Amino acid sequence: MSDFTSNFWSIYIGGITVVSILACALLLWFSGKAKAMTASDNTTGHVWDGDLREMNNPLPRWWVWLFIITIVFSLVYLTMYPGLGSYPGALSQKWTQKDQYDREVAKGNAEVAPLYAKFTAMKVEDVSRDPQARGIGERLFMNNCSQCHGSDARGSKGFPNLTDADWLHGGTPEKIVETLTLGRVGQMPPMAAAVGSADDVKNVANYVLSLSGGPHDSVRAALGKSKFAACAACHGMDGKGNQALGASNLTDDIWLHGYGENAIVSMVNNGKMNQMPAQGEKLTTEQMHVLASYVWGLSNHSKTQ
Amino acid sequence: MTDPNIPPRKVIPILASQDKGPIEPPEDASAEMIALYEAHKKIYPRSVSGVFSNWRWGMVFLTQLVFYGIPWLEWGQRQAVLFDLGARRFYIFNLVLYPQDFIYLTGILVISALSLFLFTAVAGRLWCGYACPQTVYTEIFLWLERKTEGDRSARMRRDAGPWTADKILRKSGKHFLWLAVALWTGFTFVGYFTPIKELGMEFFQWQMSSWETFWSLFYGFATYGNAGFMREQVCKHMCPYARFQSAMFDKDTLIVTYDEQRGEPRGPRSKKADLSTLNLGACVDCTLCVQVCPTGIDIRDGLQYECIGCGACADVCDTVMDKLGYARGLVKYSTQNAVAQHWTLRQTLLHVMRPRVLVYAGILASVVLAMAVSLATRIPFKVDVVRDRGVLARVVSGGQIENVYRLQVMNATESHQRFRLGVSGLPGLSIASDQEVGVDATQSRWVAVRVQGAYDVAPAGSHPIHFEIAAMDMPGIVSEKSVFIVPR
Repeated sequence: MSDFTSNFWSIYIGGITVVSILACALLLWFSGKAKAMTASDNTTGHVWDGDLREMNNPLPRWWVWLFIITIVFSLVYLTMYPGLGSYPGALSQKWTQKDQYDREVAKGNAEVAPLYAKFTAMKVEDVSRDPQARGIGERLFMNNCSQCHGSDARGSKGFPNLTDADWLHGGTPEKIVETLTLGRVGQMPPMAAAVGSADDVKNVANYVLSLSGGPHDSVRAALGKSKFAACAACHGMDGKGNQALGASNLTDDIWLHGYGENAIVSMVNNGKMNQMPAQGEKLTTEQMHVLASYVWGLSNHSKTQ
Repeated sequence: MTDPNIPPRKVIPILASQDKGPIEPPEDASAEMIALYEAHKKIYPRSVSGVFSNWRWGMVFLTQLVFYGIPWLEWGQRQAVLFDLGARRFYIFNLVLYPQDFIYLTGILVISALSLFLFTAVAGRLWCGYACPQTVYTEIFLWLERKTEGDRSARMRRDAGPWTADKILRKSGKHFLWLAVALWTGFTFVGYFTPIKELGMEFFQWQMSSWETFWSLFYGFATYGNAGFMREQVCKHMCPYARFQSAMFDKDTLIVTYDEQRGEPRGPRSKKADLSTLNLGACVDCTLCVQVCPTGIDIRDGLQYECIGCGACADVCDTVMDKLGYARGLVKYSTQNAVAQHWTLRQTLLHVMRPRVLVYAGILASVVLAMAVSLATRIPFKVDVVRDRGVLARVVSGGQIENVYRLQVMNATESHQRFRLGVSGLPGLSIASDQEVGVDATQSRWVAVRVQGAYDVAPAGSHPIHFEIAAMDMPGIVSEKSVFIVPR
């Protein structure tokens, strides 16, 4: 448990502490008496700076008792709690900061357990309608998800928007729980070689733009259509993607990794590796259920309100 | 000034010693070993009546009426003054303060400190003598002590005597009354933090929470101990303020003084004797001024750090002078200059108006004014703008650039309020999320706000913008700054 190879420093520190406390008591004892000229001018006879004389102004005895109380307190405290080097204290079996933390967490969990039990027994659709569950879900989201997906859950470049109907891996309650628990890895390999020349890549990019009706070069798009076969293996002939593979829908005008010809050309040339970390270790299944309901509710406004 | 025949007194030197040359350490001839930890010598202050005593009792009634009374006042549906630490809302009559309003507490403390400087420069330890809780509660406890145990001489006699049934009865009666006042004080104190009527109900049902019980007993115990037992020890050994007040004294500060020229040589005399034929001053050496002193000093030794400026000695000396047919004011409020130069009251008061007092008063007045203006023009809601922690900026459909902010809207009124959000700073900025926010009474609410601008609204980088939040059902607009980030 000690960070040191020998217990020298522990004894050193503990010894200094005990000796200092006892020295305080001794000092208190020895400074209880002094010489004073009570008969003449009631000074102690000490003169500083030529004209500063120390008067005999005794300390009230009750104040001395305060000193004694601090000495007794420190000795009792150091006996009971860790403080003297690595000595764990007589209460070490009953009290440590870690134990106190664990107890408080356990107490907090016990308090919310009935609440979570109630929600666990409910369907996701119903939980997402419950205002209390939405409140809990929002706090879980703020603490665990908003760092990437944003506090309004609308994501940003590389981090999906959770409030639209577009799901890379599926938006059913079961799929959301799966995504949360296990995380996801989205992968698009570099496809330049399969598509063809740089010009071909540009043509494909214009074809992809045309799928969602964006501004594009229609000649290039027409030329690119045949080259899109290389993409269709994952994204489908119609470009509507494949949730089983995590292949995105290219027809819905949602651009997770950037909009425009250049962004698409870069994607085809370089590919993309993107990851959602697994949250299964951080959250309990009960919390996961409430959080998944909250996320499901974000893109199903009409059904929840 | 220095008379070798008179031993030095324990007097606060107002000015540095004028003596030239160092003092040699005196001979050790009279030195003896003494204990440096002094046993407590109990002080039995004699009761006193007079002008200053009446002032003090007036202040006792005023301060205690305020302290005991305020928690019982109602304001609408709630307690008029309530410091709700759990919810972090502080209700003072019509004000609802948030922890963000802490500056007002600072203002009150600054005003208190400056008032102290001003009062002390004008008339010494006025606070100590008339308004300090230590003085006020000691006065109440002493009154209870007199009612049960009698005045000074009776108390001293009884304390020296054996434990009789009468003594036990009187002592326990005193402690019972003391404890009753102390516990009531503790209860009232907690009543500033927990609604006092609920607290009363809880008390009668024996259901006070452990913290409420603890603080009631703690504050009660502090009152009992300080006003019953510690008394002048608090002023002499615990109060830091007592020690630095002398820094605000000068020779034109009103202090309790003894007119040494008129009083000395002191001594007893027959009431019928003609003063002019005796070789005596006005002081009859009755020691009543020492007997009434709550800190047990002799004011005839001059200004001392123990003197809390209560004027009890002045009151009692006046009654003695009246009996003898002498002029009042052998012990009185006066200044060192006035005593030395025999000024009239008018001259003395004219010298009170000196630069130090005017500067203190000027600063005090400006702080009070600033605080009053700030409170009068206070907008009863606040907004904090926090940029979203996760998202710098994103491109949404239509090529718009979107930034996300979290706005905490704090409603400091006691009714539901609606607020309209606006944004400015870049051309064409607009709020894409809800522009109206409703916040419940005295609550605060976080809302996520999406701000959009055209992709070419500004060059890439960070641009200052402002949120304007206007209350819809009352006057008031709050402007908060933030930044809008345009990505590369």
